[in-house]
Amino acid sequence: MTTRIVELRRGILKKNDELAAVLRQRFEAAGVLVLNLVSSPGTGKTAFLERTLRELRGRGARVAALVGDLETDNDARRLAASGAPVQQINTHGICHLDAEMIAKALADGGPFDVSGLDYLFIENVGNLVCPSSYDLGERIRVALLSVTEGEDKPLKYPTLFNSADAAVITKMDLAAACEFDRALALKNINEIRPGIRVFETSAKTGAGMAEWLEYLGEARRKQG
Amino acid sequence: MHELSIAASIVETVTESAAAYPGAQVIEVRLRVGALSAVVEESLQFCWGVSTEGTPLAGAKLVIRTMPVVVHCAGCNADSEIGVQSFRCSKCGELTADLRQGQELEIESIEIEEPESASTVTA
Ligand SMILES: Nc1nc2c(ncn2[C@@H]2O[C@H](COP(=O)(O)OP(=O)(O)O)[C@@H](O)[C@H]2O)c(=O)[nH]1
Ligand SMILES: [Mg+2]
Ligand SMILES: [Zn+2]
Repeated sequence: MTTRIVELRRGILKKNDELAAVLRQRFEAAGVLVLNLVSSPGTGKTAFLERTLRELRGRGARVAALVGDLETDNDARRLAASGAPVQQINTHGICHLDAEMIAKALADGGPFDVSGLDYLFIENVGNLVCPSSYDLGERIRVALLSVTEGEDKPLKYPTLFNSADAAVITKMDLAAACEFDRALALKNINEIRPGIRVFETSAKTGAGMAEWLEYLGEARRKQG
Repeated sequence: MHELSIAASIVETVTESAAAYPGAQVIEVRLRVGALSAVVEESLQFCWGVSTEGTPLAGAKLVIRTMPVVVHCAGCNADSEIGVQSFRCSKCGELTADLRQGQELEIESIEIEEPESASTVTA
């Protein structure tokens, strides 16, 4: 017997990354801005997204959403109430979305044609760990954190916040009741992802939405 | 947890690569896993055992090399190794988002054992 070492140097998630790169090209060619929303379950992704879809539609933008859910279609139904086309991706227990699931959901004959859209939002499965490893071809990854979760969330889940392009603090209407330490939360987010844009919002009152929509509009225009 | 999907994709890649060496047995798989890769080592080891059971890779050892986070500081024009709780240059303390290492998730190499005859044939 002889032993030998074979160099591989291969990314473990190479297949996902390659497929995500194909999706990203397709999204850029279609001129659609794609966002991937990640947070714990209950942070308020669906509520924030429903409000975002409604307000964008009110301004005449063409929007759609994909939503990953472990077993139910509750979130898809809530989002569809905004009037936007929504496609549910049932992951059957898998704790994150991957590029293949997105490609399948957007295959020909799907619920919407990406080339007819200005914005496509993807609500990931509620999980603070796994989604950070899977590129979905998005342009902007948004990490959400609610005022009820504790200001140290970014320190406990650095990978998620470090891989985000924007951060959204949700449920700001509950900040006083939760004795939310705003300065500490902002400092912790900035320690993990220096310079990241942070939006302080409430899906209930609409606080912070104008700034968020302005940011989306700018990112969309940059895409051309 | 996604360690099961990760283990499955390692099995797939290693099996494909080892097919180039007929009759060879994979005895070790070496990974480079960044401190920011969101992979829990114990969990991955456990999933590796489960995923290889009953396959030709059964018994192969999974060796995980953890890669610390390294950032670049524009002020010092230097790279430094840091923890994952604060993205500051370890020399001057300035915040920096310029990540140079720590996100790796790759199969570095595999160690295989080949029957003598195979190596004489190729020699
Ligand atoms: N007070 C308040 N409650 C909110 C807000 N956003 C979401 N919620 C509530 O938080 C819970 C979880 O919200 P959901 O959007 O389903 O979170 P997801 O799991 O991240 O999608 C629901 O009961 C929402 O009504 C908000 O801005 N203010
Ligand atoms: Mg939801
Ligand atoms: Zn420095």
